[in-house]
Amino acid sequence: MMKSLLPHSGLRRSSVVTGGRSSAGAGADGAAADVSGAGPRAPASSTFWFLLHALCCLISLFLGFRFSRLLFFMLFSTTALYHSATTSSSAAVLRATTTTTTTTTTTTTTTNTFTLSFNAANPPPSSLSNRTALETAAAIKAGTSGNPQSHVVVGRHGIRIRPWPHPDPVEVMRAHRIMERVQEEQRRWYGVKEPRQVLVVTPTYSRAFQALHLTGLLHTLRNVPYPLTWIVVEAGGTTNATAAMLSRSGLTFVHIPFPDRMPTDWADRHATENRMRLHALRVIRERKMDGVVVFADDSNVHTMELFDEVQKVQWMGAVSVGILAHTGAAEQPRLSEEDKQNMPLPVQGPACNSSGHLAGWHTFNSLPFAGKAATVVGEAAPVLPRGLEWAGFVLNSRMLWKDAEGKPDWAKDLDAVGENGEEIENPLTLLNDPSSVEPLGNCGKKVLLWWLRVEARADSKFPKGWVIDPPLENVIPAKRTPWPETTTELPSELLDAKQDQEDRRLSRTNKSSRPRSTTKRKGDVQEHAN
Amino acid sequence: MGSRTGWLPVALLLLAASVYSTQAAAAAGGGASVDAEHAVQQHSERISGSAGDVLEDNPVGRLKVFIYDLPRKYNKKMVTKDPRCLNHMFAAEIFMHRFLLSSAVRTLNPKEADWFYTPVYTTCDLTPAGLPLPFKSPRVMRSAIQYISNKWPYWNRTDGADHFFVVPHDFAACFHYQEEKAIERGILPLLRRATLVQTFGQENHVCLKEGSIIIPPFAPPQKMQAHLISPDTPRSIFVYFRGLFYDTGNDPEGGYYARGARASLWENFKSNPLFDISTDHPATYYEDMQRAVFCLCPLGWAPWSPRLVEAVVFGCIPVIIADDIVLPFADAIPWEEIGVFVEEKDVPKLDTILTSMPIDDILRKQRLLANPSMKQAMLFPQPAQPRDAFHQILNGLARKLPHPEGTYLQPGDKRLNWTAGPVGDLKPW
Repeated sequence: MMKSLLPHSGLRRSSVVTGGRSSAGAGADGAAADVSGAGPRAPASSTFWFLLHALCCLISLFLGFRFSRLLFFMLFSTTALYHSATTSSSAAVLRATTTTTTTTTTTTTTTNTFTLSFNAANPPPSSLSNRTALETAAAIKAGTSGNPQSHVVVGRHGIRIRPWPHPDPVEVMRAHRIMERVQEEQRRWYGVKEPRQVLVVTPTYSRAFQALHLTGLLHTLRNVPYPLTWIVVEAGGTTNATAAMLSRSGLTFVHIPFPDRMPTDWADRHATENRMRLHALRVIRERKMDGVVVFADDSNVHTMELFDEVQKVQWMGAVSVGILAHTGAAEQPRLSEEDKQNMPLPVQGPACNSSGHLAGWHTFNSLPFAGKAATVVGEAAPVLPRGLEWAGFVLNSRMLWKDAEGKPDWAKDLDAVGENGEEIENPLTLLNDPSSVEPLGNCGKKVLLWWLRVEARADSKFPKGWVIDPPLENVIPAKRTPWPETTTELPSELLDAKQDQEDRRLSRTNKSSRPRSTTKRKGDVQEHAN
Repeated sequence: MGSRTGWLPVALLLLAASVYSTQAAAAAGGGASVDAEHAVQQHSERISGSAGDVLEDNPVGRLKVFIYDLPRKYNKKMVTKDPRCLNHMFAAEIFMHRFLLSSAVRTLNPKEADWFYTPVYTTCDLTPAGLPLPFKSPRVMRSAIQYISNKWPYWNRTDGADHFFVVPHDFAACFHYQEEKAIERGILPLLRRATLVQTFGQENHVCLKEGSIIIPPFAPPQKMQAHLISPDTPRSIFVYFRGLFYDTGNDPEGGYYARGARASLWENFKSNPLFDISTDHPATYYEDMQRAVFCLCPLGWAPWSPRLVEAVVFGCIPVIIADDIVLPFADAIPWEEIGVFVEEKDVPKLDTILTSMPIDDILRKQRLLANPSMKQAMLFPQPAQPRDAFHQILNGLARKLPHPEGTYLQPGDKRLNWTAGPVGDLKPW
């Protein structure tokens, strides 16, 4: 019983045992009392025993252990010592207690052994305890010889500590393998019954931040525990750098070139991305790829729970997306207090009514940012989403197939969409009936991914494949880097930065070089981006 | 001619048997729908064979229990005085009484009863800290027995051999929390012939009588239900334990408490990353158990603890470190197949033992633990549900029927010694 877990157990004992147990001397109290009870009582001898008991108490108080037991052992049980010494159990006690790290002294060691044999030597006070006294005596004498009597002894035992009480690396590895196997079984029993393939559609194009975004997304996708195919649509044709990154990723991927180049205007870029996604969906349809289609933009950040959640989608689902309208400038857009109060949550997602059915949509409120939004990629102003972002929707790829059993009639045929060159604003245009979208993630309460657009200026330079080749002969100072040039006149630099960026909107010929006061390393190159 | 008439009664018997079994199955199935059962079968294993099937027995119709009507001072008044009795680990005696009062096995006619139950709460005298004091319990029990033997003839008829008592205290009917004192006292002499339903079980121990029914300690079912987490949370803790290793209040030198086994656990494994052991009292105790593969259940001052119940309910394989312990319902639950038994002397080698267990064994044990009938058998839910601990107790009592020879005494034949035991016990209560 865990009586010791309960507080004040010591209190209880002290309140109960007469005389209290506040000092070790009280132990001698009990021991001596036992013995004095066991022996024959005569009026004269009882006072003698009482005085002896008092003496033992005092000595124990000073010495700090049960002196009386030592004394009575030496007086009464000489032969029992040999019995206890020869049995393996008490030998273990001796051995164990000498290695114990508690602050017991060697005298306590001897006390321990004596206690065991003391019990054996003690003549049984009453008929009921006779059995146990005999048992303990038998146990000590018999040791581990398989005696049918109990070998469990009541009393003080040694604390067994092995010589090197530290973990063994081989065993630790085995334990980890056991845990992996247990977790695998758990997934099999309680996890998703038939995990479906995840088809991740990512539109991308070559620019300074492409490697940054793709690396992040790559690592996210590597951690997804389901079979996955990454469909990367690259504007301006496929590039070697991207292809190299994909092949190094270890993922199954489909790298699709898209003929048009990505425009530098956010609005146009948005439209082009939509067309690239449609292109990917057509490829999925042609190849009859089966699974759940997730639209993962390269700059977005996804949680692992998203991929668990999308396994539940029947035909088309919507998740909540956190919209991070990143400003990037030192100045925040000035919001009035009123605006700040009324600012809704920066979340795009499904809204449910009380019965858990889709009732509407949360969208991002762009009004506070009106007039201050970025229009050109790389501009230092907040980048806002337009309407409903594709990232918040997931599809069952069978919805795209020409002929799939069970395909609901509210899903439009893919060919019918975008054939007139109309813009595809969001996946809801793929449906005849937008109310049949399934809300995922606890009815949209859980935000499973974040939408973010962070870009450098469209024409900013970066090393090709982020590999620095031997330097060119002439070192031309960078004119078109996205970061302000470092000179000693730092404050004016910052003030000028915005002004400069405003001036350098369109690509230009080289200006005359400004004096560079900082020394440059030999390996610095300024190569054009591909 | 004979065969023609012969098949009709046989057919009727078969029909009746099938009807009864479906009824029993429907009764025993309780609230579980067919779909849930099927889903459970996929990853849990039924303990088949004579041991496991017994878990699903229905005691209704196999025995009759008569409940003595004792004055309030033996039961209700104690609970009113201190309602903490309903929440601590000894609360089984109170809930057993309540269950029997409204159970189908209860009979109001003592003449047809197989078993007699005396509702006396001997573990309801609590200290301010909430620990039960056993010092008045022998007198309370004695007083109750005196009452029933004076008022009804059934005690004297058998000297208590067809009576059962629930004694959930540390060392059961020895009525003391210290083992040496408990051994010294022994089982109360008046209960020598009765059947004891207790939590304490250790082989060859004075306080475990032959024929006793060992039950799990009370663990609050609602509280455990409230802390359930999703079963696909991966089990990432290898070994888990929370509790004391040294009882510095009562055993400052060490070596006495838990026979040194808990101290040995601490000294050997405190620096081992696989062992999540400490004396903390975390708020996420139940959740952590559900994230662990093995849960240690070492002995303390007594060999039993609610940890076993918690481990079984949360699907964590119990590692039982208590020599010669007798576990609850040992004749119905094959504990060897569910838990891991480690001798106290092998505690320093515990990490080797656990990591060298074959993975198939571990998975099998987890499947057996996932079986809901196993978890049900360890709990005392209110109101009672099929196959829970109350029913297992009744099953145990039913298995002891019919009463053996020597139960019913000849008139004038007295087996009990009413004056045996320490002088203090004889004082009236």
